[in-house]
Amino acid sequence: MTMPYKLWSFHGGLHLPGHKDISTQQPSGAVFIPRRLVLPLQQHIGEPAEPAVKIGERVLGGQIIAYANGYVSVPLHAPTSGTISDISEQKAPHPSNLKTRCIILETDGKDEWCELEPISNYQKLDPSALRNRIRDAGIVGLGGAGFPSFIKLNPGSRTVVDQLVINAAECEPYISCDDQLMREQPGEILQGIQIMQHALQARLCIIGIEDNKPEAYKALQQAISELNIDTIQLIRIPTIYPTGGEKQLIKVLTGKESPSNGLPLDIGVVCHNVATAASIYAAINLGKPLVSRLVTLTGDGIKNPRNHQVLIGTPIDEWIKHNGGYEPGVNQLIMGGPMMGFNLETDQVPIIKTSNCILALCEPETHPPAVPCIRCGACMDVCPANLLPQQLYWQAFASDFDKIQDYNLFDCIECGCCSYVCPSQIPLVQYYRFAKTEIWAMERDKRKSDQARQRHEFRLERLEKEKQERAERMRKKKAALNANKSASSKDDSKKQAIEAALARVRDKKKQANTEIRNTDNLTADQQKKIDEIEFRRQQNSENPKT
Amino acid sequence: MLTAIITMAILAAIFGGLLGYVAIKFHIEGDPVVDQIDSILPQTQCGQCSFPGCRPYAEAIAKGEADINQCPPGGESTIIALADLLGLDPKPLNPENGIEEDIKTVVYIDEQVCIGCTLCIQACPVDAILGAAKQMHTVITDECTGCDLCIPPCPVECIHIIPVKQDISTWKWPRPASPVASPQSLPETDA
Repeated sequence: MTMPYKLWSFHGGLHLPGHKDISTQQPSGAVFIPRRLVLPLQQHIGEPAEPAVKIGERVLGGQIIAYANGYVSVPLHAPTSGTISDISEQKAPHPSNLKTRCIILETDGKDEWCELEPISNYQKLDPSALRNRIRDAGIVGLGGAGFPSFIKLNPGSRTVVDQLVINAAECEPYISCDDQLMREQPGEILQGIQIMQHALQARLCIIGIEDNKPEAYKALQQAISELNIDTIQLIRIPTIYPTGGEKQLIKVLTGKESPSNGLPLDIGVVCHNVATAASIYAAINLGKPLVSRLVTLTGDGIKNPRNHQVLIGTPIDEWIKHNGGYEPGVNQLIMGGPMMGFNLETDQVPIIKTSNCILALCEPETHPPAVPCIRCGACMDVCPANLLPQQLYWQAFASDFDKIQDYNLFDCIECGCCSYVCPSQIPLVQYYRFAKTEIWAMERDKRKSDQARQRHEFRLERLEKEKQERAERMRKKKAALNANKSASSKDDSKKQAIEAALARVRDKKKQANTEIRNTDNLTADQQKKIDEIEFRRQQNSENPKT
Repeated sequence: MLTAIITMAILAAIFGGLLGYVAIKFHIEGDPVVDQIDSILPQTQCGQCSFPGCRPYAEAIAKGEADINQCPPGGESTIIALADLLGLDPKPLNPENGIEEDIKTVVYIDEQVCIGCTLCIQACPVDAILGAAKQMHTVITDECTGCDLCIPPCPVECIHIIPVKQDISTWKWPRPASPVASPQSLPETDA
């Protein structure tokens, strides 16, 4: 019944033990409301959101508590009802273990929601209006990077996109939240995909799913036939890590190579994650913003491994306790998977929009100290981005950050294949991450120094202008003074001045004498009136009492 | 023979004229090398190089009057970049000019103590201090280069040096530990 579909393959990759079954044994279950939610203002790539609430304010579920700030930004919503108790710096799940600004919400357990505005017929909506709705719902890519989805749903200068690729590969070991989501909500995912197709004006959609998820495949296939959709193709792909990488998946499904330093959009393809599709369905058809997500809780350090619908902002320690706690002997906590995730120093950090998995291990893969590179080339054989990991390593080791970019450091997806196979246990990916952040810091410094130069030059210019103006004023004053001096030094001019003044006085006197008075040239009538008045005045002065 | 001479003379006149015209038309004001050097310098305008700002130092380097190792804020990376540009051998930073600090700093004015004398405003090379006579002053942290030139003129010592706050967006991955040179604990080759 499925048509034969030609698949391509990407360079390198690894077959890794899956460990996925341990967390898919029970349904995802009801959402758990902790006492307190910690909501970082930055859970996405781009500018952090700006708080829209005050401390002490009561909020309802689904209410916006922070506005998007700038274009590459999305708003943040209250996951449940409660009171804002604080807006302060809190530890966020980040490899730096640094603090970031968060909104703290004390939940009240009532889970009261503000009124939602579902859209019943999105097909009538303009794609750009649809994108704005998706933005207002705070939706970011749930696959891991957290890029605002509305931007990736914009075909840009192209009016149509050839293919929409839906990433259902979920290639990293241990993680199974997308698998569970596809098993439980295939209809929602498919309807979300149709909304995406409308926003992108993409006729065709391919869902790429790894062949280690037969239940999810079956569920999606059944939903496709039930909903009678003919624009979505479900393709089973071989399980190779990292097929779930955006560029790798596009290569496997379409045979197209995404350009270096470019986007898949440049070749007419856009890639989104299945969980993003489901959250877009909820945002449009139910009007519900992104306030919770499915997270995998797994590893041999967890008593009750499972996938669980978790509110954004749920502290990990409280969530794990709610799910039965740790096994004794747990000594490593990872956010994300074992290949691309990062170690958490503490479990007192919240789940954010991009957290897909919490992995607790009892026996961490002990890293023996790295020994010198033997130039075996194994890293090059497995690199899915077709890079030269060994060259990149040398350049990073020597801190030659110009040359390392000539070897396309920024095409590295940090999948960890090279470190995994390295017989010398060199933490190669750590070197690339180190080099990337160093280069970004250098670029920031460069921008800052350019700014300082501009300001300094402006200041010099300003000082020079002020100096000139002052000199000009001084010159004028001096000239005026000199003119006065030279005038007073000559007797002739003095005499002349006196004469002139006298002449002026004479003129004035003359003018005063010749001045016309209003009592001249009176008519007989007026004279008579004056005489009468004068007479009365005289009489009054004689008899003042009357 | 004569034709050849005349032809050559005419050609010489044309090309001579052309060269002369181009030399005037496309004349570049200033020294482009100075701009290149200036773009490498960190633009703190701190004067630690003994010149009044980065540009004068760049001009001095271009003229050969100053060495390339006099910029403590730029440190090793600036010296290497300058050596690269000018075809010189890199050398260690001249300790007379100062030492390279690992941590970037900015200044902060204790507003309780500030008397509003404006002396620091006059000292700031990048106009990063805001204030007026007898009004409290404050530093625009984003513009501050950390040159510390405002500190000596302050009569009440209310300006303090603070490290630049690191947040998630400016955080850098640490450099991994270097591989062990002598592999004593080489694991079994079954990996």
